[in-house]
Amino acid sequence: MNILVLVKQVPDTETKIKITSDKKSIEKSDIKWVINPYDEFAIEQALKTKETLKTGTVTVVSVGPDRTVDALRTAIAMGADNACHVKADQELDTYLVSKALVEVIKKENAQLVFSGKQGIDDDQAATFGYVAELLGWPSASMVIKCDVSTDKIAVHREVEGGTRFAIEMPLPAVVAVDKGINTPRYASLPGIMKAKKKEIKTYSLADLGLGSEAPKTSVSDFALPPERQAGKKLSGDAATQVKELVKLLREEAKVI
Amino acid sequence: MIDFSLTEEQLALRDTVRKFVQTEIIPHAHRYDVSGDFPHDVIRKAWENGLMNPAVPEKFGGLGLGITEDVIMNEEMGAGCLGMTTSIAVNTLALYPILIGGTDEQIKHWITPFLNEPHLASFCLTEPGAGSDAGSLSLHAKDEGSHFVLNGSKMWITNAGHSHLLTVFATTNKELRSKGTVCLVVPTKTPGVSMGKHEDKMGQRCSDTRAITFENVKVPKENMIGQIGDGFKIALKTLDKTRTPIAAGAVGAARAAMEYSVKYSKERKQFNQPIANFQGIQFMLADMATKVEAGRLLCYQAAWALDRGMHKQGSYYASLAKRFSADMAMEVATDAVQVYGGYGYTKEYPVEKIMRDVKLVQIYEGTSQIQRVVIARHLLED
Amino acid sequence: MSTFLIAEHKDGQLKRVSLELLGECIRQGTTPTCILMGSGNLEGAAQELGKYGASQVVLLENAQLASFSNEAMANALHAYLSKQSPSGILMGASWLGKELLPRLAAKFQVGIASDCTEFKLGTPVTVRRPVFAGKCSKQVAFTGAPAVFSVRPNVLPVGEAKGSSPKIEKVAAEVGSPKAKLTEVLASGQKKVDLTEADIIISGGRSLKSGDNFKILFDCASVVGGAVGASRAAVDAGYAPHDMQVGQTGKTVSPKLYVACGISGAIQHLAGMRTSKVIVAINKDPEAPIFQKADYGLVGDLFEMVPLLTEELKKLKAHS
Repeated sequence: MNILVLVKQVPDTETKIKITSDKKSIEKSDIKWVINPYDEFAIEQALKTKETLKTGTVTVVSVGPDRTVDALRTAIAMGADNACHVKADQELDTYLVSKALVEVIKKENAQLVFSGKQGIDDDQAATFGYVAELLGWPSASMVIKCDVSTDKIAVHREVEGGTRFAIEMPLPAVVAVDKGINTPRYASLPGIMKAKKKEIKTYSLADLGLGSEAPKTSVSDFALPPERQAGKKLSGDAATQVKELVKLLREEAKVI
Repeated sequence: MIDFSLTEEQLALRDTVRKFVQTEIIPHAHRYDVSGDFPHDVIRKAWENGLMNPAVPEKFGGLGLGITEDVIMNEEMGAGCLGMTTSIAVNTLALYPILIGGTDEQIKHWITPFLNEPHLASFCLTEPGAGSDAGSLSLHAKDEGSHFVLNGSKMWITNAGHSHLLTVFATTNKELRSKGTVCLVVPTKTPGVSMGKHEDKMGQRCSDTRAITFENVKVPKENMIGQIGDGFKIALKTLDKTRTPIAAGAVGAARAAMEYSVKYSKERKQFNQPIANFQGIQFMLADMATKVEAGRLLCYQAAWALDRGMHKQGSYYASLAKRFSADMAMEVATDAVQVYGGYGYTKEYPVEKIMRDVKLVQIYEGTSQIQRVVIARHLLED
Repeated sequence: MSTFLIAEHKDGQLKRVSLELLGECIRQGTTPTCILMGSGNLEGAAQELGKYGASQVVLLENAQLASFSNEAMANALHAYLSKQSPSGILMGASWLGKELLPRLAAKFQVGIASDCTEFKLGTPVTVRRPVFAGKCSKQVAFTGAPAVFSVRPNVLPVGEAKGSSPKIEKVAAEVGSPKAKLTEVLASGQKKVDLTEADIIISGGRSLKSGDNFKILFDCASVVGGAVGASRAAVDAGYAPHDMQVGQTGKTVSPKLYVACGISGAIQHLAGMRTSKVIVAINKDPEAPIFQKADYGLVGDLFEMVPLLTEELKKLKAHS
């Protein structure tokens, strides 16, 4: 069985975000690029699945510029068998990335696709579902438990308030995993040395028949959030202060 | 031209070790420091992820990594906890004599178990009466034809209480000084080998340090690495290789102390402002940063030379790196406690541990004083 | 070309976010056609939408829509909407909205924007959405139609309730042949929320005076699905176990909301929670250092205020 993992390279979570002067993007020069943390859970789940089934290969695929190859090599160092790089230097959107990934999924004859539930840069949580629909495959998100057999997959997924749904899907399917499903293994030192020698398949968008496609959304006007205001002490008796607090937490701070 | 960049693999290596340290070492460092317990779990995980025994050549099934990679790894681990770093890295020290002086059969025989299991080994050179004067060994190896019989003791042996294997330096004839020395591989379970108690140390407290007593320990001749007379030379060649990664560990610890200090100085407010606004603090931070960078560069320079087979030059650079890094780490850690003030003096904050940990680096693997002797000797020879 | 709002309900009870989106559309001069999906229990929710200004509500009904199926829902929506020339399709960014809209957008092969905090209907439709975990936001403009986007709950205000009964159109939903099957709904056990994962933390200091008194914090936290933390002083005094300690030698947390009750705000404690999005301090001592860090400070007796807070939060939850 070919198991494919959708991987994205994103800025490290500690990155201080700076907006470019034309406000169309963020400054990319000083960024430390890492594998999207949710995708690490996906890679681990793919590796575990292969180990449980005692058969199959794990292929990772990523869309992005040249530096994306580092993320793919890290995935290989973790234990992935193969890697595909769709080279694209321009800004893409969910539509275009999904179309590219679908072509690779078809070429690789994948039966099962894992993904992280969202990329921590764009936070769209949309690609896996878009890909699944383009393929006509079932999908599940926020998966925290996953059991694969040769023809079907049973998952537990989080809903809200601690409720979970148990879902069964026939293969082929797309599964987007959440934190807590497993503990990703490290890219071991022997893995890193092996990854160095592994060949990575490279495609351009044109190779995938998407050379003349354009994104369906355009991005502009990046903005930083308003400055944190100085704290305020509430006044009145206990009941008044508490009522005021709850109102502020909902309407002003928007945290409840 | 000079290229200061690391290769992709070296960067990947650094990232993976850094991640390992953040998840497996840093959260537990304080606890192990307080208890002094041996970090079995951490060592096992380090072994499972290939962080141990990096120098074993590929032809024997190892990764065949160079000193540069060892330096990168040790800096990252040192930034987490020097005690754990020592526990993980001392295998390299202990096994190098076999890699340097042993035959291929000896290497295969003794080293392979370490690639298959998370076994530990100890390097046994120092004695109660032989520290800096390492040539004046007293542990006696009586040549009885088919075997040696060891009598005497060793001191301050790292991982002793948990080792499977000891590489032991003994003398067949004290009067011949270094020319009578011999290097022997001694499985820890050999009758007559007994371990002292785990020393209660100032720092690197989770690192197991003990005296070892040898009472009529029979060691087969096959366990001899090289010939009689080669022992001390093998020890020195070993130390040539490990001196630089040890220095890198100190660089890592100093880096951590500096990073903590920078962070704290932005949070701590006195006189209505962060103490980071005061030049007194800023100057300390600037000096810390300069020292850390300089230490790292000396380590990289030594590693570069040693990896290229420039033994003499590499050994000299390694002494510079060790001398400087150990001493500067002590200065940086001391200043870090100062930046933290009263809070830094308590075990609640991580800097006093770093200060206690790095003190040992000025002492082991050649004291800072011995390093100066070596450096001066190099400068003064014709 | 028209705007369609996919309204959400739970067992026939309309979700508040749908009214927030409805209100905003109306404020922008557009009354969207509302869509409800389900099986036979949609009248109440449809009337509620009408009360808040919807003039037309479409009920997509099919037994398979009574429970969750992203395929059935996406199939049904697409089958209906592809005949309507939609210019915009929006839904609340609930877990369902975030899951459903990408599949729907893929059917139309159009762009998608998730979890938006602002939207402007027009040509083109533009939205603003947070990225990099909220470190900044960006504007997204849609090329072509329909623009498909989900909107974050609790950001936009609900509209005015003054309208009347809407025109209701019942449509037999074409759900297709979904391949995934929901086999079981597993209710949550009273699982203790992990401190480092919690979105909301109610934390207590030495002023709680006993371990038993921490119950008032647990009661408060359970209303909002939060966790309970403690300062070192409280742990040292034996009022809470060490695994609840927040601070330099305890856990470092970064919740959306941190409520420090009877905690003075020593630097060791701040080290553990200073990156919380919003900090509330409840303390009898108006000079307590914690007030310097708090976004909202309440000077008073926590034994009086925390139970009041629990009650107010219960009221708020009932209205969601």
